[in-house]
Amino acid sequence: MPKDTGIKKVLVIGSGPIVIGQAAEFDYAGTQACRSLKEEGIEVVLLNSNPATIMTDKDIADRVYIEPLTAEVVEQLILKEQPDSVLPTLGGQAGLNLAMELEERGFFEKTGVRLIGTTSETIRKAEDRLEFKSTMEKIGEPVAPSLVVESVEEGIAFAGRIGYPVVLRPAYTLGGSGGGIARSQAELEEILANGLRLSRVGQVLVERCIAGWKEIEYEVMRDGAGNVITVCNMENIDPVGVHTGDSIVVAPSQTLGDKEYQMLRSSALNIISELKITGGCNVQFALHPESFEYCVIEVNPRVSRSSALASKATGYPIAKVAAKIAVGYTLDEIKNAVTGQTMASFEPMLDYCVVKMPRLPFDKFISARRTLTTQMKATGEVMSISDSFEGGLMKAIRSLEQHVDSLLSFDFSQLAKEALMEQLAVVDDRRIWVMAEALRRGISYETIHDITKIDVWFIDKLAILVEMEQALREGELTPELLKEAKRMEFPDGVIARLTGRSGAEIKELRRTYGIQAAYKMVDTCAAEFAAVTPYYYSVFGSENEAVRNHDRKKVLVLGSGPIRIGQGIEFDFCSVHCTWAFSREGYETIIVNNNPETVSTDFDIADKLYFEPLTPEDVENIVDLEQPDGAVVQFGGQTAIKLTQALMEMGVPILGTSAENVDAAEDRELFDNILETCGIPRPKGDTVYTAEEAKAVAHRLGYPVLVRPSYVLGGQGMQIAIHDRDVDEFIGIINRIAQDHPILVDKYLQGREIEVDAVCDGEDILIPGIMEHIERAGIHSGDSISVYPAQSISTEVKAVIEEYTRRLARALHVIGLINIQFIAVGEEVYVIEVNPRSSRTVPYISKVTGIPIVPLAVKVMLGQKIRELGYTPGLQPEADYFAVKMPVFSFEKIRGADIGLGPEMKSTGECLGIARTFREALYKAFLGAGIRLPRYRNMIITVRDEDKEEAVEIARRFEALGYNIFATKGTARALMEADVQVRMTRKLEQESPNILDLILGHQIDLVIDTPSQGVEHSHDGFIIRRNAIETGVNVLTAIDTAKALVSSLEDTDHTKLTLVDIAKI
Amino acid sequence: MKAFLILEDGHVFPGRSIGSGREAVSEIVFNTSMTGYLEVLSDPSYAGQAVVMTYPLIGNYGICYEDMESDRPWVDGFIVRELSRLPSNFRCEDTIQNFLMKHDIPGICGIDTRALTRALRESGTMNGMITTDEHWQMDEVLGKLKTYSTGDEVSRVTCQEKYVLPGSGAKVALLDLGAKRNIARSLHKRGCQVTVYPSFTSAEEIIASHPDGIMLSNGPGDPRACGEVIKEIRRLYETNIPIFAICLGHQLMALATGADTYRLKYGHRGGNHPVRDLETGRVYITSQNHGYAVDTKSLKPGVAVPAFENVNDGTNEGLSYTGKNIFTVQFHPEACPGPGDSGPLFDRFMKMMEVSRNA
Repeated sequence: MPKDTGIKKVLVIGSGPIVIGQAAEFDYAGTQACRSLKEEGIEVVLLNSNPATIMTDKDIADRVYIEPLTAEVVEQLILKEQPDSVLPTLGGQAGLNLAMELEERGFFEKTGVRLIGTTSETIRKAEDRLEFKSTMEKIGEPVAPSLVVESVEEGIAFAGRIGYPVVLRPAYTLGGSGGGIARSQAELEEILANGLRLSRVGQVLVERCIAGWKEIEYEVMRDGAGNVITVCNMENIDPVGVHTGDSIVVAPSQTLGDKEYQMLRSSALNIISELKITGGCNVQFALHPESFEYCVIEVNPRVSRSSALASKATGYPIAKVAAKIAVGYTLDEIKNAVTGQTMASFEPMLDYCVVKMPRLPFDKFISARRTLTTQMKATGEVMSISDSFEGGLMKAIRSLEQHVDSLLSFDFSQLAKEALMEQLAVVDDRRIWVMAEALRRGISYETIHDITKIDVWFIDKLAILVEMEQALREGELTPELLKEAKRMEFPDGVIARLTGRSGAEIKELRRTYGIQAAYKMVDTCAAEFAAVTPYYYSVFGSENEAVRNHDRKKVLVLGSGPIRIGQGIEFDFCSVHCTWAFSREGYETIIVNNNPETVSTDFDIADKLYFEPLTPEDVENIVDLEQPDGAVVQFGGQTAIKLTQALMEMGVPILGTSAENVDAAEDRELFDNILETCGIPRPKGDTVYTAEEAKAVAHRLGYPVLVRPSYVLGGQGMQIAIHDRDVDEFIGIINRIAQDHPILVDKYLQGREIEVDAVCDGEDILIPGIMEHIERAGIHSGDSISVYPAQSISTEVKAVIEEYTRRLARALHVIGLINIQFIAVGEEVYVIEVNPRSSRTVPYISKVTGIPIVPLAVKVMLGQKIRELGYTPGLQPEADYFAVKMPVFSFEKIRGADIGLGPEMKSTGECLGIARTFREALYKAFLGAGIRLPRYRNMIITVRDEDKEEAVEIARRFEALGYNIFATKGTARALMEADVQVRMTRKLEQESPNILDLILGHQIDLVIDTPSQGVEHSHDGFIIRRNAIETGVNVLTAIDTAKALVSSLEDTDHTKLTLVDIAKI
Repeated sequence: MKAFLILEDGHVFPGRSIGSGREAVSEIVFNTSMTGYLEVLSDPSYAGQAVVMTYPLIGNYGICYEDMESDRPWVDGFIVRELSRLPSNFRCEDTIQNFLMKHDIPGICGIDTRALTRALRESGTMNGMITTDEHWQMDEVLGKLKTYSTGDEVSRVTCQEKYVLPGSGAKVALLDLGAKRNIARSLHKRGCQVTVYPSFTSAEEIIASHPDGIMLSNGPGDPRACGEVIKEIRRLYETNIPIFAICLGHQLMALATGADTYRLKYGHRGGNHPVRDLETGRVYITSQNHGYAVDTKSLKPGVAVPAFENVNDGTNEGLSYTGKNIFTVQFHPEACPGPGDSGPLFDRFMKMMEVSRNA
């Protein structure tokens, strides 16, 4: 079937801010799809509230709207832009839900705009629990006994019939939000009540627990003519019970025979055919480990995290093909871009083993429960490719960047046998390390399998790795042993530790014995056809297929690894733009990265893609082969920056700012000297190693002080201390991981926090704009609302900031990007942090000012001057609109995480509000972050003493908006004294009805709860905030955020938002 | 024990011996299926060939005897990257190592199977030797490799006596040219009474049994080497009995009706080959195992027209015989291993027999 010529202008809906369960994979899918549509000459209108994405670039779509993802906005946008079609299957659950909402309102029918890529009937059949079940029954596909309930009572009755444990799955939620396994009626009541609330349609599926079965997924595709194919199947190492996003996953399946493989494949194809999906679809199965019995767990009628993984695992571009199918092509008309000669209507065959591991955020949420359940908690993931499972797992482990490099990295050797056995039963992110320890103790495969339900095939593979550890520790390091260890991807460093040698010795030995990494191609067809796509992975002891080119200068771009809090999609944006910019400058580009969700690991971004861990050893192997003319580290976040030293030792020139100058910004003493020479003040402070030293410094400076480790991202481990005991606790936490660098203790200044990103060519600087944070200093910049242009600082202060930026950039000899954070206290400006590299705000400021700072940075790195590039150096003129970047959190996903904001970053993503007026921009930003007010016009205020005065003012304004205000005693008294109408509510420890009942009553729009500074020893606030979050109530923990919110609400008419086409900026 | 795989172009792949330690000289072909190694090992079409699996991890689920496609393995040798030391599956009855040993099949593991596959792709299918003799001499080996060619494999693999799978439905005569079990099973499952005949059976005998339909199976080797069988098939063609043929059977029917076959550079072996039904335009993912193809240019006008084609390389994948109740396919609707998407072709055959019976 040829292209549908009726499709000329398509609205593509993105997935919004990065939250747990909906991350970079949708930027990857959306970007690929937009490019695929443009290839067809179709005009693309893009809507996504997330400014950090690549899809919201004007190079990707023709018209770009970074606006809140609400049905009203979509309707308004469709009326404005008049697209003929809407493609909703690339924006994850968010996009699909929006499409459904519009369909239900009859909007598509009314306007004649059509949905492409899916139909509302398909969405309903796949997503609505009842319809899904009856559809499966109709085609004879088994599902676990289940019932859709709309009340807790119904759930209790049904669970009583089928017996506990039962699994609960709310309808229309992402990442399994609000789901879980209930083992008793009490657990059922708790989880079910929560799930009913989170479900968009108030429905939760209660089903027979099939925990412990094998979890198998198939990625399948179908075109409009009914042709169906399987792209990939995947096996979760963790059996059913752990969300696939949190599981270690292997592709293809390893423990299924052809009969099982084909049985499930046929089932997946039956399902996609029955649902009449046109595009990609993910089908999850539970397979009984002792029979052919299986159940269909779930169907996602859209591209998903798993489809991004499958695309990277096979080289088959699912989103690109899905977009082509959406505009009418059939699979046999679409070229397989990897081979260049075969068509998309085939099934990829792998001749390697892919391992995916989740990146979990427990390093950020130390109070959170590490247990893994059916609710996803991972913020990101890594993938590795090897010719063995052992190699794949070892590579994936060291890609995580969690201070792990082998099965020895979490030490459980101290546990007594009983404790170890208990630990084995705990399903958390350290389980494979516990299993490894169990194997070291000689605990049998059967015992481990009985407890974990993990297939013995995988247990045996762990055992093989453990045996290798043993052999290295005890045996002689023969060439054969070393070769075998490298084949299993033991890093030199681990071999060195086990053999009592140095890493350098191992490297030397490898050189002597000729044990070198070779690179193989991912070609979708197991070498059956010659492929043209330069997508490589390393193996030891094989033929090398990657050929070094000599025709052009070449640059190595180091990616940013897994998405985690503090290092998100924005660094992928920078890496991709940097790659494109070098390409335009005539360079051959080589990307190294290990994140399957990102655009940078798409095979057509760089000239060559090495899908590899980002450790010095792995990068050196690539450098040895490619011998690049230079490497770029300033765009890949801390991951890339950390490789600077190693790259220099390999003799690779670092393009842009030199390594010494990067160091100078991080090294306290050097940096203080530079500030002094430049005549720039900073908050006083010192470096320490121990708690005693820290307390001495704190006493000298006076509390409060900021305590943080150097060389970290996202303010990890940074805290405000107000007492000696806080210092003791924080230093204790920091020193849990051995520190190579000292700890910083600084005087904490309260003022306006200001941020700039600038390009420097060694002489001149270019500042696209000054950003100001709404929250005062003390809250991590990534968690603050950021406003461009800065609102509350004087022209003089702006001039000082420009001047300080110039001085610092010059003093640090910055060539490329620099990010500086300031505090303005009155007219005084202090520097608090300098990062001579790309930052989180780069995509945002680039988009809202229209100044492409990444390409500019690349040009200056190659020797061009800002003046030659058509820009007047210095601070650029301010725009005549406002752009507000709002942090977005995933707190509801992480049980037990404290949501109070502070110097340590906690947000997972961001959205943008852009408008002519500040208040509208702010309103849009809040809306984009999911704060849709008012609903019930009830709110709770409970603030610490310091905030009472300001709270009164805020409360008065909410009162004027018609809000009923509830407050606990202290706050209530303050409000009453100021004549604000308030209802006092009992504290948590008092009898019901108290504040908790109020929250759980589902009638509260908003809680303003500012936690006391320092370590909070009372957990009341914690419990209140957790319960509010888990009940779906908006919680603000900073008084400035609350003030901003009320300001945004005071602007009365929110029905008509002005939509801004970013592409025109 | 060390082992070596030596190709006729001088490539040497050192590895470790698996299965029998005896020397094997054979034609080396690669299969890209990620599962189904036992079905491959026991597919009679591989007689006279040694198979390399491109998927690197083989033996993960062990040996489940009920998955055998014939009563023994037929490959001359088995070449893999890594053999799992611990198979795991609820149906697993044996390890692949034991299986190869028991059937005296030599093999090699620990070699770079991707490099081998690339070599075969670039140079075309080659002969090779698997040996455990560390002192092999290249000249000697090359001499042996040059002279090797697959012989009359069909008469080696076919059943020696006819046998019957009883059923109450249509009577099908299955000419066993090296049939995979699932062909008979697919018909039997549909209620057919299947009589399986050895390849050397005369057309007369088959016709005399008054079957409702005739099935020509898959099988090994060069189709042009099957002169005697082709003659008999010509006579079957001349009847009005519905005929359905798979793989070698498809090629032999083409040869019997005046068309020609040719050798593909490296064949199609795997479970992912897209085939277009030229009548409907629909594309099916098929299981394939063949080194020869029918040359569509050689088709006699008015005799047969292409019914299916390979979406990747345009080679012929099936024929429909004009004015006859005959259709033949190059691929394997019986799957095993591989996808069963084209399984409904057996239903089409059932329909043909029904229509013809009622005529």
